[in-house]
Amino acid sequence: MTKRLLAVVVVALGASAALAAGPAPPKGTVSINLPGDAGFGFKPGPGVESAQRYCLTCHSSAYVSTQPVLTKAQWTAEVTKMKAAYGAQIPDDQVAPIADYLTTAYGKPG
Amino acid sequence: MDRARFLVSAGAALGATAFPGIAGAQATVTLPMQNGLRPLVAFPQKRPLILLTPRPPQLETPMAVFDEGVFTPNDAFYVRWHLANIPQSVDASTHRIAVDGAVQRPLSLSIDDLAKMPTVEVAAVNQCSGNSRGLFSPRVAGGQWDNGAMGNARWTGVRLRDILDRAGLAASAKQVQFNGLETPVLPTTPDFKKSLDVDVARGDDVIVAYLMNGAPMPILNGYPVRLVVPGWYATYWVKMLSDITVLDHVDDNFWMKTAYRIPDAPHANVAPGSTGFATMPINKMDVRSFVTNIADGASLKAGTTVLRGIAFDGGSGIRRVELSTDGGTTWRDAALEQDYGKYSFRRWNTRWEARPGSYTLAVRATANDGSVQTSTPIWNPSGYMLNTIGTYKVTVV
Repeated sequence: MTKRLLAVVVVALGASAALAAGPAPPKGTVSINLPGDAGFGFKPGPGVESAQRYCLTCHSSAYVSTQPVLTKAQWTAEVTKMKAAYGAQIPDDQVAPIADYLTTAYGKPG
Repeated sequence: MDRARFLVSAGAALGATAFPGIAGAQATVTLPMQNGLRPLVAFPQKRPLILLTPRPPQLETPMAVFDEGVFTPNDAFYVRWHLANIPQSVDASTHRIAVDGAVQRPLSLSIDDLAKMPTVEVAAVNQCSGNSRGLFSPRVAGGQWDNGAMGNARWTGVRLRDILDRAGLAASAKQVQFNGLETPVLPTTPDFKKSLDVDVARGDDVIVAYLMNGAPMPILNGYPVRLVVPGWYATYWVKMLSDITVLDHVDDNFWMKTAYRIPDAPHANVAPGSTGFATMPINKMDVRSFVTNIADGASLKAGTTVLRGIAFDGGSGIRRVELSTDGGTTWRDAALEQDYGKYSFRRWNTRWEARPGSYTLAVRATANDGSVQTSTPIWNPSGYMLNTIGTYKVTVV
């Protein structure tokens, strides 16, 4: 019905070699493949290109879509925080367009 | 708060419609909050969990998992990362922890070095500072968790104090800072580092753990080694620990000075919308309890019913758990099950002669330090430390 796992777990060396004497400390390499943003994306709408360009650098669109309905003032505060506190490379003239996009696309339930 | 808790839509139909491109999305869950639809997805080394965000990964444990036993299985343990550059391949055999800063002898420790030091084990709850943020009223922005950003495990490793003593703290030592292998995507984003005062870092129960429930921990929980700070919120439990730096000053990095701050007020509680209050770094957990075998909105058959759940606090231990079947008007004592230590989940149970009708169950815990849950919700702008008494509407037929 659906693909079972996102990724394969590879235990290269003895990570699972816990002995009867008791659990052993980890040894060797463990590798995973994270899914990235597969299946996620911003809703279409005016300004979506800017949101894609500057927000998705650091995090998936689910950071936006799972928020409660926020006002334009709240979205503006979030975009400003991303720029000022988290170092997002959002040009000054893109803060308002991104906040407008988020308010229009995510400003009502659903 | 009205909670249509945990409506699981099993099968591919709804999941495929709601989240078409997500491999492994086997079902969806609707959490009791606006925009609460989530896919259940199996990430590497994990069973299907409630997916909050895929990048950085944030996965929530379904409440029913906590009914399986007092310890949360590693493959069901919640996941929370801050920065998207997470190593996806880690070699425990070459991993090193650098110990430096205000010390007499800088160290570079391997896992084997740790394994040769005295081994300690502690059962402890790891809970995200923002667990239950989605239940705040009024709502706040941030990671929108229900109650599943927590878990309880047996952590095995060495005392941080033993490591610090081996390095020898300089007289000027004030705080100990921890860094792990996760790094920011952009060089302008502050790297995730957390610090503890020296007296906290030297506590009996703070450990550098390399086993979780007796096994190597999943990569998403910090393989091969993480900090464990029993009783304190999980923000301090740095994963893939790589650097222990002793500071001669109070850490002023972003993640201490600006983020993870709570109002300097009892239970981090201020009036909704407040600004300008004094703040402090988040620290010990407040007391909480949950019903684990009956979900909000459940329908039960009349007769003798066992109600079961968990309780925990910030390290004094649980003294008492009470259950109400009338929304908190009257209370009865529940029986406390085996004690795995003051930092662990404490399971409780009680019998209820359920007669047909509609009921609001409520559970409240009292800790050994006297703190008790109340029905008055707290609020703070970051959505930290919610511990209001939980209620569960049930119908008995």
